[in-house]
Amino acid sequence: MSDPGVLLVLSILAPVGGLLLSFALGGRAAEKIALSLTPLGLALSLAIGFHVWQFGAPISYIMGGVAPPLGIALRADGFSAIMLVTTALIIAAAGFYARANFATAAAVVEDRRAFTFWILLQAIWAALNIVFLSNDLFNLYVALELLTFAAVPIVSIDGRAETLAAALRYLIFALFGSVFYLLGVVLLYGGYATLDITLLHAKTAPSPLVWTAAALITAGLLAKTALAPLHLWLPPAHANAPAAASAVLSGLVVKGSFFLILRLWFYILPGFPAPGAATVLGALGAFAVLLGSGMALRQARLKLLVAYSTVAQIGYLFFIFPLGMGGGLLGFRAGVMQILAHAFAKAAMFFSAGLVYEALGHDRIAHFRGAARALPVPFLALGLGGLSLMGLPPSGGFTAKWLMLQAVFLRGDWIWSLPILIGGLLAGGYLYRILKPALETGPVALKSQPAAWRAQLGLALAVAALALAFLPEKLFFLLDIGRP
Amino acid sequence: MMSLLDPAAIGGLVGAALVGLGLYGLILDPHPLRKLLGFNLIGSGVFLVFGLIARRGAAAGLSFDPVPQALVITGIVVAFAASALAVALILRLAAIGGGLSLDPADAGKKSESPSGEGA
Repeated sequence: MSDPGVLLVLSILAPVGGLLLSFALGGRAAEKIALSLTPLGLALSLAIGFHVWQFGAPISYIMGGVAPPLGIALRADGFSAIMLVTTALIIAAAGFYARANFATAAAVVEDRRAFTFWILLQAIWAALNIVFLSNDLFNLYVALELLTFAAVPIVSIDGRAETLAAALRYLIFALFGSVFYLLGVVLLYGGYATLDITLLHAKTAPSPLVWTAAALITAGLLAKTALAPLHLWLPPAHANAPAAASAVLSGLVVKGSFFLILRLWFYILPGFPAPGAATVLGALGAFAVLLGSGMALRQARLKLLVAYSTVAQIGYLFFIFPLGMGGGLLGFRAGVMQILAHAFAKAAMFFSAGLVYEALGHDRIAHFRGAARALPVPFLALGLGGLSLMGLPPSGGFTAKWLMLQAVFLRGDWIWSLPILIGGLLAGGYLYRILKPALETGPVALKSQPAAWRAQLGLALAVAALALAFLPEKLFFLLDIGRP
Repeated sequence: MMSLLDPAAIGGLVGAALVGLGLYGLILDPHPLRKLLGFNLIGSGVFLVFGLIARRGAAAGLSFDPVPQALVITGIVVAFAASALAVALILRLAAIGGGLSLDPADAGKKSESPSGEGA
């Protein structure tokens, strides 16, 4: 490989090129282009991961030959590679799942709804790839905005009043997030005259400027990651979006901004003592776990339940701060495993919830009697995805919680074990709420039978969430490549 | 010690005031169009601060640091696009009579006047 940096450029150019080509060619070409790019994107991410693994060093690419501090660098370290592969897999699955919902009918030249969906899917993918690969804070601001502008319309793609209101609410929270992120970035530039992550890591020292900038950036990204109490936009947006879009939004889009919070605290400021920040973020995470799980228990609609479950699982992600900061290796690994396990499990659950909605014509849990008998595969996927969310072995969720509890024991902060364990119990509670009426026998009227391959796609993602438990521990060393 | 009457200090305080006022409007005003104006005020404050940083960080021979100028232009374009998207959503929401409340509990209720109600 002459210059592995080319892989990074292609990872970004592929979905961007596809999106531009789709817009130019119009009509049904958008769907074909989006779907044919998925294996290419997956191959590129796997190639990047393999290269980083083999050489034990991150791949760098200097854009335009102008090096930082003036120019912008792309950088793929182990964490980027893992996120790129996960993104490629889930976007591919969502694309194929959505073929049935967003197909252009044979008699129609161009269906605006379908055309928009395929373009927005590629835009989300492109934005996520830039988030994972860029090493410049302002470039990341542009990537975050691209991600928001692609994710907001996909929520309201069907044009109903409630989805438009949900999309508008999402946009306002997201704009709050990006403008405060920008203010933090501005302050960092003012202090250090560079926005490159590696250079900032070398230059920054604990000072009021850095703390202020870090607080502003974190606050902005918290709104985008929907950590309680800034989670209010998430349940209506994710519940009312089309199922494939909800899977991508819950599984990947919120993880994009969380990835940037990790970039700030673990890659720019890792050596700084920040126990106050860690405690605050951990406490908000615990609040999110309890609030999200509690609200999920009260929901009457399946999709809203799954959306509130996302709020709770996002809370788990923030335990990476009290458990992983200050050199906590287990805590960091636990957080990353939680990202992966949640992405696959939640995508599986949204796919299955979408199939249930289409088959029954509604998603009111109280009226699910006999549904599991009529729709065995979607409910199996819901159950297996829920297993991972609960943290039962063998599943990626169990590995994440197991690592978190090990970190708690090693650090002696017993208090964090409480929300981890109680959250698991509450997750079991809302999973039971879904499955109990469905497993009862009773007459059920199906409006349509879901296609077998779509149900199996959801099941495959749920099995992937479980299979994450069997990843060799050596793969965790991939995470450490490029981490200061 | 920089005097408070130094132009850069005044500019910085004005920027901070804009951010504060914008944040107040963004959070507290229920009408989505005014929330959007609040976001634009915050954006103005951020760009003002960035412009002052350009002035302060000038290298020898230049009166302004050119990098923040480029970044502010990009930021203005991005904020403009964000505002356009928000306005499009607001107009569409008003056109289909969905009411201008962002509260999901009010979804589907029609508003009597376009001045909006609680969020």
